[in-house]
Amino acid sequence: MNLVLDIAWTHVYAHLRQTSFAIAGVATGVGFSVMMAALMVGSQDDFTRRLVDTMPNVTISDERRAPPLQPATQMFDAAEFHGLTPEARRRGIKNPLALMAAIEAWLPGRIAPSVKVQAIVRYANHDVSATITGIDPRREAQVSDLPKQMRGATLNALYRATNAIVLGDRLAEKIGARIGASITLQSSEGASINAQVVGFFHSGVRQIDESSAYVLTKTGQILARQTGLINELRVRLTNPLDARAIAARIESETGYKSVSWQEANEDLLSTFIIRNIIMYAVVGAILLVASFGTYNIISTITREKARDIAIMKSLGLPEHVVRGIFVIEAVMIGFAGALAGFALGYLLCLGLGAIRINNPFVDSDRLPLVYEPLQYLVAGAVALGSSIAAGYQPARRAARQHPVEIIRGAT
Amino acid sequence: MSTPQAGQAVAAAMPLIEARNVTRILPGVVPTTLVRDVSLAIGAREFIAITGPSGSGKSSLLYLLGLLDLPTEGEVMINGRATTHMDEEERALTRLTFLGFVFQFHFLLPEFTILDNVMLPMRALGQLSDQAMRGRAYDLLAALGLADHVRKRPDQLSGGQRQRVAVARALANEPPVILADEPTGSLDSKASEQVFLMLNDLVRKRGKTVVAVTHDLDLAQRMDRHIELLDGKIVANELHHNVVASS
Repeated sequence: MNLVLDIAWTHVYAHLRQTSFAIAGVATGVGFSVMMAALMVGSQDDFTRRLVDTMPNVTISDERRAPPLQPATQMFDAAEFHGLTPEARRRGIKNPLALMAAIEAWLPGRIAPSVKVQAIVRYANHDVSATITGIDPRREAQVSDLPKQMRGATLNALYRATNAIVLGDRLAEKIGARIGASITLQSSEGASINAQVVGFFHSGVRQIDESSAYVLTKTGQILARQTGLINELRVRLTNPLDARAIAARIESETGYKSVSWQEANEDLLSTFIIRNIIMYAVVGAILLVASFGTYNIISTITREKARDIAIMKSLGLPEHVVRGIFVIEAVMIGFAGALAGFALGYLLCLGLGAIRINNPFVDSDRLPLVYEPLQYLVAGAVALGSSIAAGYQPARRAARQHPVEIIRGAT
Repeated sequence: MSTPQAGQAVAAAMPLIEARNVTRILPGVVPTTLVRDVSLAIGAREFIAITGPSGSGKSSLLYLLGLLDLPTEGEVMINGRATTHMDEEERALTRLTFLGFVFQFHFLLPEFTILDNVMLPMRALGQLSDQAMRGRAYDLLAALGLADHVRKRPDQLSGGQRQRVAVARALANEPPVILADEPTGSLDSKASEQVFLMLNDLVRKRGKTVVAVTHDLDLAQRMDRHIELLDGKIVANELHHNVVASS
């Protein structure tokens, strides 16, 4: 074995009890870091996945970011008008089929038209405000997970009755409607129709499940009181993470407001950043405390081995070799601690994963955990780095000791 | 009969180690002068005793000659090379290849076997294969009567045996000079005699130069040359009768 490794191993082995504590400290830090990362990333991924699955990746609406300029303003640079009402525009996306074809020509994903209307759902003296979306069931499967979220029927049930409707399960529960019930829809445009409940859906997002319903496009247009109206195009991408760039391109090409799922949930996603900062701060603190143990044991060894250091230097071992011995000892502690921490972290994750929880806001009764090698690598690398940093200072001090002072002291 | 100042003449031909007006002052609130303006030449195959009362600067001079300490003034030449401006790595390499140390207390690494302790300087130098290092370490220990103890740890040996292991370790890289600081200081008279004879053999049979600091004037008288220090200065540097006769 290499001389440096041999001496380092001998020192560590000779202080087995103390080094065990230092290793346990690092292992605890790594273990809990892995567990925390698995839990935080797991919950974040779970939430993001639900957002991506439930919502369109990009929503193109018939709105514009800014009101269109007045013709006179476009013509004259110095023109200034006061008290003008913005140009009244007809609702809906102009020529939606042509627009969809143009977008589909380059879009890495699929697109589907829909009509979105705000309405009051009335049933058995219950009035609940809801968003009614008129869809084409055949295209819907390409842009959302709604067919998979159906309960008690398939999405094709919308074709079974005139003015058929699929309710969010919590909305149905709220108004007490069952399959076959005839409910009244009163739209904000003043249209009122009777609709038959043909099924329920459950997205897992409470807000959607208790305030959304789906009808056929034609029924939606009746509620909006505008034949042929399409006021929303919904896009599902091959890679949902590209949504921001795709939305920007669609908006620049069509002029219609295109909102990516990230933009729609910006406030929620920004809380993830804060959450991650908190997580890394806590994990960093744990590993920092663990590195104190490494510092402590390396300092103890260098103090106890002062005479050996002197003798090694007097024999002719250069400073960097002596320093290397103690840095290697810190690496050994950090490495052993990281390995033990990996095992501990995995066991903690298994333990957490076995706990049943009843959370009314989520469907699963298990904690969402992610087992990613990257988390282990990061925690291990940080532990190893902090161990080396903790061991370097006493190692440097030891290597710079003057052998004569120690030899004189020993004699 | 002895010849004062004759030592310088013997070593002057080809000094292995030379001290030129070396002074070592220990800094502090009250600076302490350990060695004062010492000039000394040590040649090949010399067996030199450095004596003097406690605090006279014997060990300090030895550490300066062995490059373990730096002079405040003056120069220590090793094999004709000035050492004051050497960097730490170069000084360490010189110690590793040119000098062997034996201290009053054996200073063996307690967790290692005596074979490993003897191999330590060779492993640090890294010029031999593991097998060759083991072979040489074993031969050295066998030559010093320790062949049966190679697997033991230092705490399983007597004081005299440990000191012999320290001598074997000092010889590991075959340095031409062995510096010994009170090598018999912690031994009984029988073990002291054994260590002395061993050091004597190093000079006579292996052609080494041995410089030993000692309090034992009887042993010093039996060496070839006797340097006496007082208050950091050389007050006597004399060749003994047997050396003059053999010369």
